[in-house]
Amino acid sequence: MTSTTDGHLAADLDERRAGTSTPRFVAGKVGGALASLVLVVVLGFLLFRMIPGDPVATMTRDRPTSPEQLALLRERLGVDKPMWQQFLDYFGGLFQGDLGTSYMYSRPVADMIGERLGPTLLLVGTATVLAVLLGMWLGIRAAWKRDSAFDRVQTGVALTLWSVPQFWLGLLLLIATQGLFPSRGMRSPDVPEGFVAQSLDVAWHLTLPCVTLLAVIYAQYMLVMRSSLLEEMGSEYLTTARAKGLRDDLVRRRHAVPNALLPAVTLVFLQFGMVVSGTITVEAVFSWPGLGLLTYEALRGPDLPLLQGVFLVLAGSVIVMNLLAELLYRVLDPRVRAS
Amino acid sequence: MLVVLAVPLLIAGPVTQPAQAQSETVLRVALIQEIDHLNPFTASFSSSAMIGRFAWEFLTLPSAEDATPTGGVAEDWQASDDKLTWTFTIREGMTWSDGEPVTAEDAAFTFNRIMSDPKAAEANGSYVENFEKVTAPDERTLVIKTKAPQASMTALDIPIVPEHLWSDVTDMAAPETDELDLVGVGSGPFVISEYRPNEIVTLEANPDYWRGAPQIDELQFVKFENADAAVAALKNGEVDFVNRLTQAQFDSLEGEDGIETNQASGRRYRELLMNPGATNIEGQPIGDGHPALRDVEVRRAIAQAIDPQVLVDKVLGGYGELPGGLVPPIYEDFHYMPSDEDKFTFDPAAANRALDEAGYRKGPDGVRAGADGRKLEFRLTARSSEDYGLRASDYLAGWLGDIGIKVTKNLVSDNEVDETTSSGNYDLALSGWGTNPDPDYILGKQTCASLPATSGSSSSNAFFCDETYDELYAKQAAALDPATRAEFVKQAQARYYEQVPSLVLDYDNVLEAYRSDRFTGLQRQPEGEGQIMEQTGYWGFYGARPVEGGAGDDGGGVSAGTWVAIGAGALLVLVGGGTALARRRSAADDRE
Repeated sequence: MTSTTDGHLAADLDERRAGTSTPRFVAGKVGGALASLVLVVVLGFLLFRMIPGDPVATMTRDRPTSPEQLALLRERLGVDKPMWQQFLDYFGGLFQGDLGTSYMYSRPVADMIGERLGPTLLLVGTATVLAVLLGMWLGIRAAWKRDSAFDRVQTGVALTLWSVPQFWLGLLLLIATQGLFPSRGMRSPDVPEGFVAQSLDVAWHLTLPCVTLLAVIYAQYMLVMRSSLLEEMGSEYLTTARAKGLRDDLVRRRHAVPNALLPAVTLVFLQFGMVVSGTITVEAVFSWPGLGLLTYEALRGPDLPLLQGVFLVLAGSVIVMNLLAELLYRVLDPRVRAS
Repeated sequence: MLVVLAVPLLIAGPVTQPAQAQSETVLRVALIQEIDHLNPFTASFSSSAMIGRFAWEFLTLPSAEDATPTGGVAEDWQASDDKLTWTFTIREGMTWSDGEPVTAEDAAFTFNRIMSDPKAAEANGSYVENFEKVTAPDERTLVIKTKAPQASMTALDIPIVPEHLWSDVTDMAAPETDELDLVGVGSGPFVISEYRPNEIVTLEANPDYWRGAPQIDELQFVKFENADAAVAALKNGEVDFVNRLTQAQFDSLEGEDGIETNQASGRRYRELLMNPGATNIEGQPIGDGHPALRDVEVRRAIAQAIDPQVLVDKVLGGYGELPGGLVPPIYEDFHYMPSDEDKFTFDPAAANRALDEAGYRKGPDGVRAGADGRKLEFRLTARSSEDYGLRASDYLAGWLGDIGIKVTKNLVSDNEVDETTSSGNYDLALSGWGTNPDPDYILGKQTCASLPATSGSSSSNAFFCDETYDELYAKQAAALDPATRAEFVKQAQARYYEQVPSLVLDYDNVLEAYRSDRFTGLQRQPEGEGQIMEQTGYWGFYGARPVEGGAGDDGGGVSAGTWVAIGAGALLVLVGGGTALARRRSAADDRE
């Protein structure tokens, strides 16, 4: 993920040299993002080969295995080839949309990730939307009544939840709700008939992981919203608005909040990419069949092709979200375009 | 926004209803391990192999009572006088779940495929290595010729598959081989009926099973990633069976209403590896083990300085058995327990004396050094993921400190432990292995033949290579008379014990728990002391019977909670809706 910052820097420099015409700006940013992606591919390949551990040994642990069997397995997985050969095979495959084949499950990595993307997006998407709404709502109110009891209590609660480890909170909720919600997975073992019943079943399973994730991540939206609104509150245009005779509530909603919204919107995009990788622990607690869980399973091998694939998707999502945020910033804030 | 939050709460209620409506008895098992494949040729993980054991009958298998061989697909078997030819008589009238008869050709096909197709050998290839030729002269006779006498012929842990379906498979590693049209046809007590990778495997009772249909309708393995969540699910009645519990989880379930716990003798041993000077098969040294450990006197002194009783009591919380040889006491015929005079008893003073006599003098800092001046400073490699590794390494460091050996703890990931121990880059390491009813495999891992080739990884457990041991190993492998064989098995273990390339520390108990208010009759293997899940066979869940009035009645306790959820949901909707309405009204008054 350091590569992303490098990408930024390069893009920023380009920008200064070339001026700020929109096509050039977009091309610079996209080019930077692509360069970052290539770096991610190389890094991912090297990084996971530095993890100690022999996937073949893990796969055959506790099973009667002869040296011949081990050799055959190595040959089938391709781990007996020299490293550069393995890299070229992998890199070449990427251009054909082939992420490789999982060591442990002997299935195409792309298929496995595809299967898991939906559940993760459902979980992360729901939790993010709720966290943004809740965070902003609380942030706006906390800033408007700064130093009130509401502000202090809400900030305190948010910060406490923000520092709580996700897996711990998840387990606590699981135990505290005493079987009110299912403890695992996305669907019941016996999936009910019909679309409505199935959706309800998924929503029922979604509740605990979603609440866990929400509780931990809403704090950042709240605090960013709060501080950026506080900055606006001293502004003279607010005095003007009040002088027009507007109610306090309207001054806040129509004048202060829109101007304070920008940092929070940026944050939503930046965080969305990160949240995908941040669900590993929540998914592991609730056995939610998403990307986080897949990462966790892949690490145990280590199942190198699967790890590389997941890493590429996770890092890629951060890069794409970064790019979107930068482009959107330009649309949202005229000042950025003008400068 | 509050309305959105309330939706999942509202939903909580009605969805629990369908589970109560069904009349089938489903035994749900929490599965904490991964499943790689259902295809029995490639199913390497122990959990996958376990599922295969329910779906396909073996030729012969270890019995429920005492783990001695009993008939499966074969009803009778005989070895020739030269001990090289085995003739199995196939059971009459057995059918596959699609109605086709089970014949000797199916068994011959299964073995031949493993012998001829490397991809098919992935999971079970080691069992057929010594096979010369497998033929089926007629439908009910299977003849296996082996290259050398092999005592473990009645313990072939290989599921026999139907030839009429599997002979069409060209690529054994293809993902399609995990699909139901192939793996859904079996001959075991249950057949696989549903597979959602990493979520669930459902097996249906096989009504035509030759021992008689099981008394439950379905057996479901439900994937849990988190053991604590699985325990919570057992308490709530979401699942009926949980295994591989930790001490704390086990203790928390004991005395719980409707739950029965099972503390079983385990099939695993734990050991302290002491690098005896790792070499490859050519005899060239590999790894970076401390040279002093090549001295058997040092290894014996270490064995005397360790108190296994304390490890069992304090680290395992009493859930373990005291050590002897490599084969755990659960297999009593083959288990070796040294006599009092041969046994390493905890005696730091004697250990100190022995090291003094062997020429390892204590330096001013209290650490001994050998004649070459190199200090006895050993690294102790252990798994940081395991409670046992963390705590036992503290005790070991203390005990060895008392005899002038300095221990540096090296707590690392599981993978790193595997890598350092298989490459010989260790001094001391905490390790362990699971064993089978037949001791051949675990004893074979200690022979010179299992040392690593010049390049490639080792299948040797402790880099032990000893002529006397190898002779005893060969004798037991060739001895077909059970009593004679058991004698050689014990002698081989005694030789290992005395040479201490590793010291067995204990045999962990297996901790399991199940809903006894819903199911009964779960068979332990061996009877009375063994485990229910992950047996070498299918007895545990095959014996399960629903408790009268228990199994159909799903979670009556849920409904109270459901009403609370509905109430809370309704309240949130009211509050949220009210607030929204109030704000809209006030806004309307204030149009600029």
